[in-house]
Amino acid sequence: MNALAAVGRFTLEKLVVLGQVARFFGMLVARLGIVVKRPRLVIQQVHFIGNHSLLIILVSGLFVGFVLGLQGYYTLNRYGSEEALGLLVALSLVRELGPVVTALLFAGRAGTSLTAEIGLMKAGEQLSAMEVMGVDPIRRVLVPRFLGGIIAMPILAAVFSMMGILGGWFVGVVLIGIDTGAFWSQMQNGVDVFNDVLNGVIKSVVFGVAVTLIALYEGWHCRPTPEGVSRATTRTVVAGSLVVLGLDFVLTAIMFSH
Amino acid sequence: MSNQKVDVWVGLFVMLGIVALLFLALRAGNLSSFSLADTYAVQARFDNIGGLKVRAPVKSAGVVVGRVADIQFDDQIYKAVVTVNLERNFEFPADTSASILTSGLLGEQYIGLDAGGDDRMLVAGDAITLTQSAIVLEQLISQFLYGSAEREGAVD
Repeated sequence: MNALAAVGRFTLEKLVVLGQVARFFGMLVARLGIVVKRPRLVIQQVHFIGNHSLLIILVSGLFVGFVLGLQGYYTLNRYGSEEALGLLVALSLVRELGPVVTALLFAGRAGTSLTAEIGLMKAGEQLSAMEVMGVDPIRRVLVPRFLGGIIAMPILAAVFSMMGILGGWFVGVVLIGIDTGAFWSQMQNGVDVFNDVLNGVIKSVVFGVAVTLIALYEGWHCRPTPEGVSRATTRTVVAGSLVVLGLDFVLTAIMFSH
Repeated sequence: MSNQKVDVWVGLFVMLGIVALLFLALRAGNLSSFSLADTYAVQARFDNIGGLKVRAPVKSAGVVVGRVADIQFDDQIYKAVVTVNLERNFEFPADTSASILTSGLLGEQYIGLDAGGDDRMLVAGDAITLTQSAIVLEQLISQFLYGSAEREGAVD
């Protein structure tokens, strides 16, 4: 009976969190109007979230491309179809790896800093001070960060995919010596702008919303102590990564099932 | 950092994103093959289209002259009805024949057009009557087996 109660409590707790996240999302969306009034706040956040994540995205994209090029070549070489390397690299990057790996890195690089920042603001009672001064902290602090994350994520994912393809090209064409023309033409024959590229962009937008929402939620609801902030930061990475992987499965099933 | 500097960096960041998207669409994807040329639609009925897909190329003498716009099944005549968009600046005689071919041994399938000798040209809404279906490997093999079995029977 005790175990049953524990299961019930666990489920209820998760349901409460889910409801809170949904309400939190609603609160953010309801206050989106501030963008029109003070766009500079969002620009600052795009700079903070996007520009500062650029280096890690560029480097990891390049190296993922290198590895895809090498591993793809070993397998394709057995079947005598090395020319399809471009197609393999581009499709796997544009459809899956670009959005997913970028979202995972994004959760680690930008999500944690958002959670820690807001958690520390809460611990330092800056958020309460704002409320006392009649400034809505959700509107002034959370919404610009939310939008900044949503804008930065698809750009980062596109840059990641581009760097990956260039990395695959470098390994395949420059190092191994596949024909350049075949590499690009196979890619262009197989990658569809709407089915693959656009769906990849949609994926990255969804991941951007999810990761930023989780990061802000964890920061907003953390216990205002050093330990609470550190736990919230950890939870951002864990929950963000798991949600991204789960969402990716669902989105892939919807987009590419036929 | 001053506001203006932030603006410049964010502008560069967004520019980089646009460049990356254009790269994915044009260099990696097939956006550059989207032709903005004016087209006219022609229909062709096939017994079997094999693995033909929408947006597959239509070639004549190996040159892309149009794309497959739509594939439907007609349950009155039990045939596949393929709508093809041909580019306006290419004209074909009315008795042009269409066949479904494969590029390479296992490559993608496309429609090949062989020009006929008619004085009248195909116009929008016309139907290509002379068609040849896709070659299905299993049918080919079974025909071959059946044919060789028959020949053996004739010897006996």
